[in-house]
Amino acid sequence: MATKRRAASVLALLMTSTLLAAGCGGGGDDEDTPAQGELYKNPVTLTWWHNASQDGPGKTYWEKVAKDFSALHPTVKIEIEAIETNQLQRTRLPAALLSNDPPDVFQAWGGGEMREQVEADYLKDITDQVKAEVGEIGSAAEIWQVNGKQYGLPYRMGIEGVWYNKELFAKAGITAPPTTFDELNTAVTKLKAVNVTPIALGAGDKWPAAHWWYNYALRACSVDTLKKASTDRNFDDPCFVKAGQDLKTFIDTKPFQNNFIATPGQNDPTSANGLLANGKAAMELMGDWNRGTLDTVATDKAALGKFLGWFPVPAISGSAGDPKAALGGGDGFACAKQAPAECVEFLKYLVSPEVQKGYAATGTGLPVVKGAADGVTDPALKSILTATSEATYVQLWLDTAYGSTVGSAMNDAIVAIFAGNGTPEKVVSAMKAAASK
Amino acid sequence: MTFVLVPMGFAFYYSLFRWRGVGPPTEFVGLKNYTLAFQDPIFLDALRNNAIVVFGSLLIQGPIALGVALLLNRRFRGRSAFRLLAFVPYVLAEVTIGIMWKLILTGDGTVDVLLRSVGLGGLVKPWLADLDVVIWTLLFVLTWKYVGFAIILLLAGLSNVPEELTEAAAIDGASWWQTQRHITLPLLGPTIRIWMFLSMIGSLQVFDVVWVTSVPAVRSLGASATMATYMVDNGFFARLWGYGNAVAVILFVISFVAALLFQRFLLRRDIEGAITRRAN
Repeated sequence: MATKRRAASVLALLMTSTLLAAGCGGGGDDEDTPAQGELYKNPVTLTWWHNASQDGPGKTYWEKVAKDFSALHPTVKIEIEAIETNQLQRTRLPAALLSNDPPDVFQAWGGGEMREQVEADYLKDITDQVKAEVGEIGSAAEIWQVNGKQYGLPYRMGIEGVWYNKELFAKAGITAPPTTFDELNTAVTKLKAVNVTPIALGAGDKWPAAHWWYNYALRACSVDTLKKASTDRNFDDPCFVKAGQDLKTFIDTKPFQNNFIATPGQNDPTSANGLLANGKAAMELMGDWNRGTLDTVATDKAALGKFLGWFPVPAISGSAGDPKAALGGGDGFACAKQAPAECVEFLKYLVSPEVQKGYAATGTGLPVVKGAADGVTDPALKSILTATSEATYVQLWLDTAYGSTVGSAMNDAIVAIFAGNGTPEKVVSAMKAAASK
Repeated sequence: MTFVLVPMGFAFYYSLFRWRGVGPPTEFVGLKNYTLAFQDPIFLDALRNNAIVVFGSLLIQGPIALGVALLLNRRFRGRSAFRLLAFVPYVLAEVTIGIMWKLILTGDGTVDVLLRSVGLGGLVKPWLADLDVVIWTLLFVLTWKYVGFAIILLLAGLSNVPEELTEAAAIDGASWWQTQRHITLPLLGPTIRIWMFLSMIGSLQVFDVVWVTSVPAVRSLGASATMATYMVDNGFFARLWGYGNAVAVILFVISFVAALLFQRFLLRRDIEGAITRRAN
């Protein structure tokens, strides 16, 4: 009997964790929502789930923000739960949303996942209340829209680019950051000639490798094709196969460190982050949060500050894609459908200029509101801000844009190309198969 | 019975739907999730890896545990210290072990440095990155972790072997080896079979150590996936909840059938009456 029970408990893993998560997820959000226009009349408790789970400036800052909001509006009590991203996004949040007791304010990444949440009627439509804020944020806010309606607001947004070591570039005789892939290839050759690993890659975590393919897709596909792929999950355009072919050609020039398939992306000295931060590799493709994560793995932070630079992903001459388009993504928050009206007020507070300025000062990411940009002092981050404002089109990370199912199949198939047993065609067929799974 | 049957029933019910975990399951697809699983080469890789772990554990841990248990059953100085040491890996948490071995086996980590320092640098491999090597690396870590459990079980079994019998054999002039072969081993039979049973079921369901030690990219290529990690990767990370439940049901059925066959053919004489009667 014992064995049967044991087998059954493993079998029930998916379900029990669902139930557990739902059980832990509650906490005080009252159902007695005040009628419209009666803000701050009745005492309410907002439960807030965010992903700044590691001790550090990000986590401390959100605690301060919650306290400040309660001080401004004494009727509102905010209960914070900080949960690690993967756990939050993959298990806790889906389970809590399935239950009748979801958190009021929670992390929202926009894109395909938000589309699914809206279709299941989980989220509060905040279009009318946040018009002013959306105006301040600009086009980045579109990622948190579904069918033209606003369901969440971002507080962090940035585009991806190549972080590089200026001193190693100088040593290899590279005078200016590459602006085309041809120049990038030349730079790779020059760096190898002086025995420097040209590019650090954390393929072990899959997404850092997949992002190279995303950028090739961005260069190979027209903006219209990309937009259509995000809404219709239609990947018939040959540019998606072309992206894989270009990537394969690039991998064949061996620009990455050895064993990149087992190298983690960030958070430890042996990661791709660690290689760049400690002068063991010259470049890394990564988002705007990289400034903070590089700092945590650098043995000499002062040296890192001196040699670190950033340039946009190079263009491919003669390709269909817009050379000024960029890949990017951000973090935002949304309110649950049944959340009290104060929830929306809290979202608005989170993107108010003073809160955004304070956020920029934490150095954990780039703010989304224009006025908050003065908070950014780091030169590399400043060049990202400039490039973001110059970008003609910002494509959300493809795995987020297409939703977890297609995203995960796509990333796995791309990793297979890196491992040498995948093909450009298989990436597209895996995406199509996943879309119907 | 409720705690066993109800979750099992739910898992089977959900496995019949195309369900992304958003909203209640509505799109009934019958057994499609099951056919999809057996068409996925990664799932077949996971099955093969589970088979490697099941048979590898039995064939490697069994002889090691038996040898060590027989040695530790003799009286010698420091015996209890050795007994403790043998059991330490089993007591440590799976996650702790996973992280520890991940650090030791990383590129230019302890293992690589050790091999180079004794002139065996040529043997250095990307232990966790090489798609053909990684499952054997994991089998090594699993053996290191669970062999202590086998040793303790066998030691307990050995303490049940009556001393009168070994004494009698000694008086009759039997060597130590003959005593082990003809007295200890046969009396240890039930313990060995119980251990084989537990090891087999544990190997089929192995998750924690593999999840923590192996690299996500290598796992998604099938090289280090097991049925349980495949279930979580697909159920939660790819958000295929219906499909994940189908994998859970497959894992259950395989474990259940293996357990039944084992009981039917190997454990029968050990548990005759104990289970068969209660079932009525």
